[in-house]
Amino acid sequence: MTRSLGAKIVAMVLGAGLVAACGSDSDDGDSGTTGGKVELSFWAWAPNIEKVLDKWNAANPDIHVTLSRQAGGGDIVTKLLTAHKAGNPPDLAQVEYQSLPTLVSNDVLADIAKETGDTKGKFADGVWQQVTLGTDAVYGIPQDAGPMMLYYRTDLFQQHGLTVPKTWEEFAQTARTVRTKAPKQYLTTFSAKDPGWFSGLAQQAGAAWWGVDGDAWKVNINDAATKKVADYWGGLVSEGAIDDQPMYTPEWNKALNDGTLLAWPSAIWGPGVLEGNAPDTKGKWAMAPLPQWTAGESKTGNWGGSSTGVTAKSKNQSAAVKFATWMNTDAAATEVLIRECSIYPAARDAQASPALSQPPAFFPAQADFYAQAKQIAEGAAGVTWGPNVNVTYQVYQDAFGKAITQKSPFGAAVDQMQSATVADMQKNGFKVAS
Amino acid sequence: MTVATNRRGRRTAAPYVFLAPAVLLFSLFILLPVGYTAYLSLRKVQVKGLGLGRGARSEVFAGLDNYQRAITDSELWSGGLRVLLYGLLLLPIMLGLALLFALLLDRPRVGLRRFSRISIFLPYAVPAVIASMLWGFLYLPAMSPLNYVLDRLGLPEPNLLSPGSVLFSIVNIAVWGGVGFNMIILYTSLRAISPEIYESARIDGCSELQIALRIKIPLLIPAIVMTTVFSLIVTVQVFSEPLTVRSLTTSITSTWTPLMKVYRDAFAANDLYSAAATSILLAAITLVLSFGFLRFVQRRAFGEDR
Repeated sequence: MTRSLGAKIVAMVLGAGLVAACGSDSDDGDSGTTGGKVELSFWAWAPNIEKVLDKWNAANPDIHVTLSRQAGGGDIVTKLLTAHKAGNPPDLAQVEYQSLPTLVSNDVLADIAKETGDTKGKFADGVWQQVTLGTDAVYGIPQDAGPMMLYYRTDLFQQHGLTVPKTWEEFAQTARTVRTKAPKQYLTTFSAKDPGWFSGLAQQAGAAWWGVDGDAWKVNINDAATKKVADYWGGLVSEGAIDDQPMYTPEWNKALNDGTLLAWPSAIWGPGVLEGNAPDTKGKWAMAPLPQWTAGESKTGNWGGSSTGVTAKSKNQSAAVKFATWMNTDAAATEVLIRECSIYPAARDAQASPALSQPPAFFPAQADFYAQAKQIAEGAAGVTWGPNVNVTYQVYQDAFGKAITQKSPFGAAVDQMQSATVADMQKNGFKVAS
Repeated sequence: MTVATNRRGRRTAAPYVFLAPAVLLFSLFILLPVGYTAYLSLRKVQVKGLGLGRGARSEVFAGLDNYQRAITDSELWSGGLRVLLYGLLLLPIMLGLALLFALLLDRPRVGLRRFSRISIFLPYAVPAVIASMLWGFLYLPAMSPLNYVLDRLGLPEPNLLSPGSVLFSIVNIAVWGGVGFNMIILYTSLRAISPEIYESARIDGCSELQIALRIKIPLLIPAIVMTTVFSLIVTVQVFSEPLTVRSLTTSITSTWTPLMKVYRDAFAANDLYSAAATSILLAAITLVLSFGFLRFVQRRAFGEDR
C-alpha cells in the first residue's frame, strides 16, 4: 500500500508535467467573439501606437483591439514563433519587412490576399513587393517605409568648404578631404553591426539578394551590385578615409555629438535618432538624397520599415485585416501615426499628409524636408526578402566584423554571407535554384 | 513504538509526502526542461520547396545529425578553446585574489574590517550585464578616462577592445565581479576555524604568515575546492559579459563562446534543435569537468580520510 502511494505521487508528478508540456495545444488563445463583439489582440512596439487604437476603438464598438506592447522588431519574431507553437498568438502583429518570410515559412502569418482588394494601389510598387515576397499572396499591410538618405552637418561642411556629394565617387573624395583638413574627424563610419543598413545601400546599387523562381528560391547575396558596394566601402575603410567603428554605441553618439562624424547615410527616421543620440547638434544637420552610383539618377534603398500582419491562427482574420488596412491607409489614422508614433507612412496619400508639412523639430531649417523625402521615396528599390534573413544578418555581423579587425577585403565577407545563407536553407530543405 | 506500529502505513508514507514538493518542483523545472531539450536535440525541421504557405514545414526525427554537426563545427571548438584560455586566466587570478583578501581580513587586528569586506563583496551584487556595460564604456577609446589621461600625457593609447586584448578585458570584468563572492565563502570558513588552534600555534612561536600558510590554507582546502568547482561551472557558461560587450565592438563574434553560439542558434537563427544539441554537449562537458576535478582533488587532498 505504501509503495503504491509513493508510486501514485510519482505518477502525479509526471502526469502534471506532461499536462504542462502538452496542454497548450488545446488552448484557443486570448481572442474570440463575445456577444457579437469581436476582440482582437495586437502586438506592436511603435511608441504611442495605442493612440491609433483608441481612435479605432472609439469609432468601432463592434471590433475592439487591445494592444500588447513588445520590445522591438527582433524580439517580436522569436515571441511570435513561440506563441504560434504554443497555440496562442495574437491576431495582429507589427512585423519588419525582412522578418515576413521567416514568419510565413513557419506558418505564423495568414495569406490575406482575398481580403485586401484594392489596397495594393495605395502603395508604391517597391513597398508592396515586400509584403508579397514576390508571390501572389499578401502577408501584411505595409505600415512604414525607410527610404535612405544622407544626413550631414551643414556647419562643418561649410567650415571645411565641402559640397554635398551627389555621387559615391564624390562621397569618397569628400571623405579623403575631411581627413586632410581635420585629421581627428571622419566623414562617416562603416558599421559591421547594422546589416539592414548595408542591405539598403546594396539595394540602391541594384542588388536582389533573394528571388522566387517557380518553387525554388534564388539567392544572390554576392551579386555584382553587392560586391561593388562592399568593395567601395572596404576600400574607404582600408585607406583610412572613413571610420570603421559600429553605430549605436556610446562612442558613436559622442562622435555625432562632438562633430567627429560629419555625415550619416541613414533612413527617413534618422532625425529621431539624431535628436535622441546627439542632442547638442539641433539645427546643424540637413538632409540630401543618397549619393548615386551613376550621376543624375535618383535611386535609393530601404533601411527598416514594418508592416501589420494577421496571424494564421486568428479566428477573426477579416476583422483584423479591416483594422490593419484602416490603420495604415486611412488619412486620420496615418496622421496619428505620423504625429504620435514618429512613423513615416508607407501609403502614398499619407506621405502627403498635412502632418508632414512641417520639417522634423530637429531640422528646423529644412522646410521642404518631407516634400523632398516623398520624392526620394519614389526611387526606392523593391526588395524580396528570403526565409532566413536572420541567418544572413548574423553572418554579416561576424564576417564584416572579422574583415574590419583583420583588415581583409569586404568582398570575401559578402561571399561568406552567400554561402552561409544557402547552406542554412539547404540544411532545412528549402529548394534553392543554382 | 506500539503506536508507531499501529500507524505503520501512515508513517512510511510520510517521507514521500515530505519529498513531494521538492520532487514536484525538481521534475517540473529541471527534469522536464532537460528532457524536452534532449528530445528537441534529436529533431529537426524539414521544409518543402519554397517553404511558404500551409504545411510546408514539418518537424522530423533527425537522429544524431544535430550532435554530429555540433561536434564538427569549427566555430564551436574555437569558442571552446577561447573559454579554456579564459578559464586558465580567470580561475587563478580570481581565486588567488579571493584567498588573499580573505586571509588579510582574517588577521587579528584589521582596521575597517566591515568596510573592506563589503566593498570587496559589492561588485558581486552588480548584475553581470550592468557590470559589462560599465566596463565596456570604460574600454571604449573615445570614452575611456584612461585613454584621456594617456592622450594628455602624449603616450600611446591602447585599444582595450582590439581583437588581441578583448579576452583580457572580459577576464577583468569577471575577476571584478567574482572575487567578492569567493572571498566571502573563504572568509566565512576561516571564521569557523577554532581560534584555539591559532593560540597554541602562537605559543609555539608561529608568525602570522606561518599561521596563514601552514594552518589556515590547509584547513581551507575544502572551501577552496568548492569555490573552484563553482567557478569552473561559471567559466564554462561565460555568456553575459561577452554578449554585452559585443554590442560595442567588432572584435567579438556571435559565436565567441559556446553558450553565445547556443543563444545565436536558438534566438537569432530560430534553430532550437541545433541549439538543444549543443546545450546537451555543453552540459556533459561541464559535468565531466566538475566531477573530474572533484575526484582528482578528493584523491589528493582528502586521501587520508578514505
